[in-house]
Amino acid sequence: MPETINVNIHHLTRVEGHGNIVVDVRDGILEKCDLEIVETPRFFEAMLRGRPYQQASHITSRICGICAVGHATASLRATEHALGVEPSEQTVMLRKLAFHGEMLDSHILHAYMLIAPDFLGVGSVIPLASSAPDVVKRALRMKQLSGDLCRIIVGRHTHPIAMTVGGFTHFPSRSDLEQLRERFEAIVADVDATVELFGTLPWPSFERETEFIALVQPDEYGFIDGRIASSDGGTLPVENYRQVTNERLNPHSSAKHCAFHRDSYMVGSLARYNLKHEQLHPRAKAAAEHLGLSAPCYRPYLNSAAQVVEIAHCVDDTIMLLDKLLANGVQPEDPAPVTLTPGARGVGSCDVPRGILFHEYQIGEKGLIEEANCIIPTGQNLGNIELDMRALVPTLLEEPQEQIAHKLEMLVRAYDPCISCSTHFLNVEFVNGAEG
Amino acid sequence: MSAKPKVAFFDFTSCEGCQLTVVDALQTHLGLLDLIEIVEFREAMSEHSDDYQIAFVEGSCTRASDEERLRKIRKQAALVVALGACAHLGGVNAMKNRWPIEEVQTYVYGESGKEYYESYMARPISAVIDVDVSIPGCPIDRLEFVRVVQQLLQGCTPKLPDYSLCVECKLSENACLNKLGKPCLGPITRAGCNALCISYGDGCEGCRGFAPEANLDYMRQILEEQNLPAEIIDAKFTLFNAYALQEMGGDAPLAGNGSPNGSRRRSRKQNWPRSTFASPEEA
Repeated sequence: MPETINVNIHHLTRVEGHGNIVVDVRDGILEKCDLEIVETPRFFEAMLRGRPYQQASHITSRICGICAVGHATASLRATEHALGVEPSEQTVMLRKLAFHGEMLDSHILHAYMLIAPDFLGVGSVIPLASSAPDVVKRALRMKQLSGDLCRIIVGRHTHPIAMTVGGFTHFPSRSDLEQLRERFEAIVADVDATVELFGTLPWPSFERETEFIALVQPDEYGFIDGRIASSDGGTLPVENYRQVTNERLNPHSSAKHCAFHRDSYMVGSLARYNLKHEQLHPRAKAAAEHLGLSAPCYRPYLNSAAQVVEIAHCVDDTIMLLDKLLANGVQPEDPAPVTLTPGARGVGSCDVPRGILFHEYQIGEKGLIEEANCIIPTGQNLGNIELDMRALVPTLLEEPQEQIAHKLEMLVRAYDPCISCSTHFLNVEFVNGAEG
Repeated sequence: MSAKPKVAFFDFTSCEGCQLTVVDALQTHLGLLDLIEIVEFREAMSEHSDDYQIAFVEGSCTRASDEERLRKIRKQAALVVALGACAHLGGVNAMKNRWPIEEVQTYVYGESGKEYYESYMARPISAVIDVDVSIPGCPIDRLEFVRVVQQLLQGCTPKLPDYSLCVECKLSENACLNKLGKPCLGPITRAGCNALCISYGDGCEGCRGFAPEANLDYMRQILEEQNLPAEIIDAKFTLFNAYALQEMGGDAPLAGNGSPNGSRRRSRKQNWPRSTFASPEEA
């Protein structure tokens, strides 16, 4: 057995953004196991200062190409809370549709194109196009429909256009909604095939008990607004988010680390599943059972399985929302009015594909942003990923170094880290302990 | 027939939304994969290679260590394509150039921020290396990407439209937002997106950069006539084009803003003026 192991993975692949994993084992003892974030810092919070509130959602959507709708929504909710804006029921439904489009697009991309290659022993989805064409075509079909949902509601997925403070600047036509309804009905067979496929994957058995944090709503498995819930008990209003996140700097990452009741917590699909699985649509509950998920689940690799469960949920929820909108008819409406008061503050929170997200703004009486704070899901997960790696590595010491590196990469990838967004992230580095 | 050209994708300071748009483009135009060989695309594949002919670069240059990586790419690639507004213009990243870099680092990361996080003013990649082709936009337009790849494979040099967005907006049969009293930068912005934002009810934000010979002063006048305060007009102009305006002379305060050496800046003013694009005569 190797007494000294050095893993040094620079620029982890199939994740969004840049990060390194560094592992140093000397004489069979784990000396170091860090997730280094090497993404260039982007300073969005500083750049928001002095900007009119109307620009905030357009600027912050540029934090992340994958979670653009999520950032825009959290931003709009923060602004709306600060400016006393109450969006209409129609606005709320249209936002949920755009959000589902993004959730589906992100989860399908992650499950099929970033995770599946690990289990099928290939470096990317590209070779699968010839070895498993039906799988790839299915993934593309589902992803394209998700993108079309976003396109029809907000103009495009990456950097939505039609979402604005208090409402929308564009409204889908009845025929657009009818066509979407038909296509979503037809995609249900692909959802079932997805659950079938991911049910056959050998998820690693590693587990570690931790705290889970997600947004909860009284009447639905939702993603926008609600209260912050912890698996260690209790809920908090989103305005008190700092009590949960407790951000602190970490010298080896350009992302801040977060902790609440324990040394770290986990956000994302598995956290949401653990906290509110009872509210899932029936097809999603059946999917969870087929995928071997049962709450509480402490196996981080199964975050990807929870994403598949959420794919089933979001497809059914989209059909439900489309039915409601078709029954009511979508009416063009002006955005709800704003009230400017000096030093107004507001917090907006959404549970985006990778977990709970917070935006907080202070807006002056001229409508210019004075202070801004954004806390991104990957930043909240970093501490938890490191503690998982430190628990996992000692169990792998008998294995060849490449195998250890591969399992660590898979672990980090399971969290679906969105490093560029961590405003504040991947590579595995086995440093040479003997020399170091 | 010769071997398929090897293509690599690289990202610098950006949201990676343009590479995601490339993934979307490959979904709808799978045939592209028969024509090119992707050898490097960190976001989507584990394989990695330094042997490529066409490099697509997303993101701005925001730190000294980016420069070396950019020069390495330039040395290897026969063609360098700037992918999206961050690489093409500096994009949203350049909004931070208005503050001293230490102030920005301290605001986001506290006092120790300066020590941990290397950063200087954000610039388009053309400020560091020669760029052969730019695909504008935030994000890039999927079909424009496909068209540029097709043209490059045919040995043509892709040309950007040299007229303003208003031309395409009229062809899309949109009502003029400026005439409706909603601010829109279409008149000064380079065409090529088919006025997508305006078709979705939102004014153009200028993500494709200024059209050649754009009349910025007249644009400002149009916005003033809509009774927009100077701060808002300034914010409109500097959302994507802060770097271009900086280069034109309406400059950010530079004391301690970590300005890189060898910047090709033409002129420099004391302070970032309220109205950023006061012409040189007015200032």
